[in-house]
Amino acid sequence: MPSLRKELGNVLVELGKQHKNLVVITGDLGRSTGVSAFEVYPERYFNLGISEQDIIGTAAGLASAGKIPLVSTYAIFLAGRAWEQIRNSVARDGLNVKMIATHSGISPSADGSSHQCFEDIALVRTIPGTTLVLPADISEMRAAVRAAVETPGPFYIRLGRGEIPQIFNDRNGFQIGKARRISDGSDVGIIAAGFLVAEAIEAEALLKKEGISASVVDMHTVKPADVRMIDEIAAVTGAIVTVEDHNILGGLGSTVAEIVCRDKPVRIEMVGIHDRFGESGDLRELMEIHGLTAHHIADAAKKVMKLKENSAVKGGGVA
Amino acid sequence: MRDTKQNGLSASLEFSKEGLQSLTEIAQQIRRDIVGMIGNAKTGHLGPSLSCVEVLVSLYFDRMNHRPHNPTWSDRDRLVLCKGHAAPALYATLAHAGYFDQKTLLSLRKTGSLLQGHPARVTPGVDISTGSLGQGLSIANGMALAARLDGKEYRVFAITGDGECDEGQIWEAAMTASHLGLSNVTAIIDRNGVQSDDATERIKKKEPLDRKWRSFGWQVLEIDGHNFIQIHHSFDVAEWTTDRPTVIIARTVKGKGLSFLEGDANSHNASFSKEDLDWAMEELRQPQLDT
Repeated sequence: MPSLRKELGNVLVELGKQHKNLVVITGDLGRSTGVSAFEVYPERYFNLGISEQDIIGTAAGLASAGKIPLVSTYAIFLAGRAWEQIRNSVARDGLNVKMIATHSGISPSADGSSHQCFEDIALVRTIPGTTLVLPADISEMRAAVRAAVETPGPFYIRLGRGEIPQIFNDRNGFQIGKARRISDGSDVGIIAAGFLVAEAIEAEALLKKEGISASVVDMHTVKPADVRMIDEIAAVTGAIVTVEDHNILGGLGSTVAEIVCRDKPVRIEMVGIHDRFGESGDLRELMEIHGLTAHHIADAAKKVMKLKENSAVKGGGVA
Repeated sequence: MRDTKQNGLSASLEFSKEGLQSLTEIAQQIRRDIVGMIGNAKTGHLGPSLSCVEVLVSLYFDRMNHRPHNPTWSDRDRLVLCKGHAAPALYATLAHAGYFDQKTLLSLRKTGSLLQGHPARVTPGVDISTGSLGQGLSIANGMALAARLDGKEYRVFAITGDGECDEGQIWEAAMTASHLGLSNVTAIIDRNGVQSDDATERIKKKEPLDRKWRSFGWQVLEIDGHNFIQIHHSFDVAEWTTDRPTVIIARTVKGKGLSFLEGDANSHNASFSKEDLDWAMEELRQPQLDT
């Protein structure tokens, strides 16, 4: 599998060549995130040290004067530590600051709970005017970073660490705000985002073996959410599983639930972190313990289908 | 030589009696406007707005390169009002400078107003929305960095509060400006000695403030923040210093200009009776003969 760090570095160097106003800032994590590749343009690369609030403020100042600042550090420090700066210094003025959050969710694995950010989707989506993208694979990462640099306004792109899957081959398949339908099925809908999309695809295969047909959707843009797609999945399947490497409070699952409850109420089962902190360990082992694997998704699908059945039998639900 | 300043003053002014009197009169008018607009709105930060009037007047009428009829002119000097709650002082200054009609001042904090409670970009002449203390100096650094990247000569001024120096981000920004040698950033600390609840030194000791900034690599100048000659000279020194940023610790009086408020913590955000405000307006009508 390709290295996220290397690929992120590559796309930034390409963009830096085309966009002379692009400026990259990190908080002493240039090597860890991969953005230090931008050092090939030394006058436009700034390592401002371990000062996330200052970094966001500096980015705001640069953006106000016509630059395109791209800031990268770990999700917990970017959306967490500097949340108020993003909200007050960047978003209120709709400034052109691009935030690339790496090491999100359970991906920091061995580093432990202080670094495992399960809250940033909730934190960012509640700030007005932000665009929030969770690329599922390398092609989406490249397309999302490019789109962020080339589209006005504050952007937050949520990435993991280590290896990044390669799922999609089509260059033009990614469009901000347009969820990707990966499979068609009418028994259950599986709406996933980020690196767990790969697990969702595996879950679909497991379900198929049991004769269950699932619609898998890659909802890479959590904000603005693809309302049309969510409503369609609800209408077609009547039972939805949401999948995220994030707290089930306030993230992708909540986004889907808000829309579904308003437009087309159906049963939802959320796969994600059940409102607890993480811990140190091996990535795959942690995913097992915290319920983030393909078979957890498949189990959730069967559970929500059962709930759909029971509602229909009792005559009170919506199928 | 700079762009035209208001009232025929030029930046290279060696203070004539007339020049000084002119700035003093503008400051007096602005104090009246501040009292008037906060009185009318029945809300707003009177004390902290009054303490930074001379600094603002000096910036907009004696120092900054700016064009009131073209607020987005790309080569303009920028001001970040880090202590955003002093917005009334900024608004009155902008109005006098010609950024918008003076009548607008009476709409302060009202629903739909061009003049929000804390500076917002919707107001002509405001370069960045502020209000949350501690954030503005980083923004000023970013603007200064953009100037450097673009090979532009504009300067960036940042007015902070002294209570605001409690915020850690101020010190992060101080380190950044020093490390990057951002000599086109000039910070002015409105050292009125009082923050919201109490005197600054009773809440979190800031002194020795000069030594703190100096140790962070800044040039430190200490002046009487109500003295136009000292303000002017300190801006000159800042401009001549090209290897590091400058902070001007402007010793001021909270509530300056109103005898019943001066130095009082209660002047931060209190409501004032109509009698108080009438008295204030009376006091401000007296001609000021010196700064």
